[in-house]
Amino acid sequence: MLLIVSRAGQGGAGKSDLELVGAARGLGEAFAQPVAAAVLGAEPSATAEDLARYVPTVFQLRSTELEPFRAEPFASAIHALVERTRVQAVLVAATRSGQSLAPRLAVRLGAALLDEVTWLGAEGGAVTARRFSYLSRVTETVRTDSLPVVISVKPNAFPAADPAASTGSVEDAPVSLRPEDGRVRTSDRRSAKGGRVALEDAKIVVSGGRGVGDADGFVRLVEPLAEALGAGVGATRAVVDAGWRPYAEQVGQTGKTVTPDLYIALGVSGAVQHLAGMNHSKVIVAVNKDREAPIFRVCDYGIVGDVNEVVPPFTDAVKEQRG
Amino acid sequence: MKILTILRQVPDAEAEVSTHDGSVDLDRATFVIDGMDEYGVEEALRIRERGVDVEEVVAVALGPERFEDALRTALAMGADRAVHIEADEALDPIAQARVLAAVARDEEADLILLGGKQADWDSAALGGAVAEVLGWPNSDWTTELTIADGTLKTRHDTDDGSEALEVPLPAVVTTQQGLNEPRYPTLANIMKSKRKEVGRLGVGEFGAPVSKTITVRQEIQARERLGQIVEGAPEEAARELARLLADEAKVLS
Repeated sequence: MLLIVSRAGQGGAGKSDLELVGAARGLGEAFAQPVAAAVLGAEPSATAEDLARYVPTVFQLRSTELEPFRAEPFASAIHALVERTRVQAVLVAATRSGQSLAPRLAVRLGAALLDEVTWLGAEGGAVTARRFSYLSRVTETVRTDSLPVVISVKPNAFPAADPAASTGSVEDAPVSLRPEDGRVRTSDRRSAKGGRVALEDAKIVVSGGRGVGDADGFVRLVEPLAEALGAGVGATRAVVDAGWRPYAEQVGQTGKTVTPDLYIALGVSGAVQHLAGMNHSKVIVAVNKDREAPIFRVCDYGIVGDVNEVVPPFTDAVKEQRG
Repeated sequence: MKILTILRQVPDAEAEVSTHDGSVDLDRATFVIDGMDEYGVEEALRIRERGVDVEEVVAVALGPERFEDALRTALAMGADRAVHIEADEALDPIAQARVLAAVARDEEADLILLGGKQADWDSAALGGAVAEVLGWPNSDWTTELTIADGTLKTRHDTDDGSEALEVPLPAVVTTQQGLNEPRYPTLANIMKSKRKEVGRLGVGEFGAPVSKTITVRQEIQARERLGQIVEGAPEEAARELARLLADEAKVLS
């Protein structure tokens, strides 16, 4: 069995859940193994029922200790489920929470870890994966002959799965936690403002650099374009350091890595630090008044011009195109 | 309390990376201390400077000979002592975590600080793996940290924002930009650091750590980019760009 891990609490199966199903189905065919899902949270039912349209078996693990996400109770709950069932691979989304869960789970299961993969293959009993390294400049192929394996899957790397021909079953699985799993306490949760879409999940990202001018420039230029496109909002390190935007929006070496279908860089110069976070986006658009800016060397489409003059008419044109 | 900071020496981000025969060619690379690990060294020193009773700040590196430069940087910043476990780089993060956890046990550390993501592996797994091997809690992607009564209070990044954590010691903290601004070593501290001890251990002294994953091939796979500059007056160019994205790139639907 190949097990995908889903966090409840988003009101249904999310895009990253369906991408995990997509990634797991490919491996499942190679191993002749079914795909199952584990949904963890205080109220897992909605997500579990949603996922049952995609996989034959969904386990719901219901506990208030599993909401909000903490790596230790998650690792214990999944560990117990894996012990009861025969699992060859556990797949998690390589978001902040998934990156936190994957290494703990690998150590707990004595499993290999294939981290932040963008492609998966199987031959014989081995799992092969591709991932990026050296600040996203190198693509490496890694392999493990050891099962089970924990795999964290980069968002936007695999196509979202289509529903299966028949609906699967939803079963309750017991949640067994260790006393120490509750030792980390969480409070004061803040959601990052800006884009309505989570940055790492977004199909389109609109990012601003110093060339946007100031914090107000983000509100006048970046946010309306992101709104028109249903996009996530990103920022460069310089912008975050200047306090114009929160760290959660930073794209780059010390921020988030994104691979959307469309990445629009406004007033971004294109320092290596930033490129490391977005250079594998499918289509890159740059608007910058400096024709020599390095961002133009990695873009598909560019406009050399002032963001204040280009972005408002571009936003209007985008609205027209999208009807 | 005793603080361990884990360090890596990685290729300079500004330097070109090339591959040769399916492996990254590091022969001509210049190396620097991993910037995210540097936040950990800085935070260890600040914890002491804020008046917490810190018995020792020990910088630890697991890697080839060149990693000693990172340890020297940490000593010049103000770490008290360094431990270098010499190993080739083929160990995967989980195998490395087992070695580093053994060092932490030997050193009777109370707090381990390291970068949230390693700039050579592009992986965020090391901190969580070290914590799990030790059976300790952790705070990852940490941007604020205080210590009182054996408990860490941190703020860290989540999937969609941030939250506050209370984490009992001993614990592992992975750092994130925003936690602090690392200091430059002063000349006096650089001179002083030359007399500080760098202990050397072989990775063999920690059993025979086994990597369950192997790297088969490394290559540069840059995406072909169109590099098309849309000319014209701002409004006209903006309109044409939207048309190209809709009709040609087909990314606006």
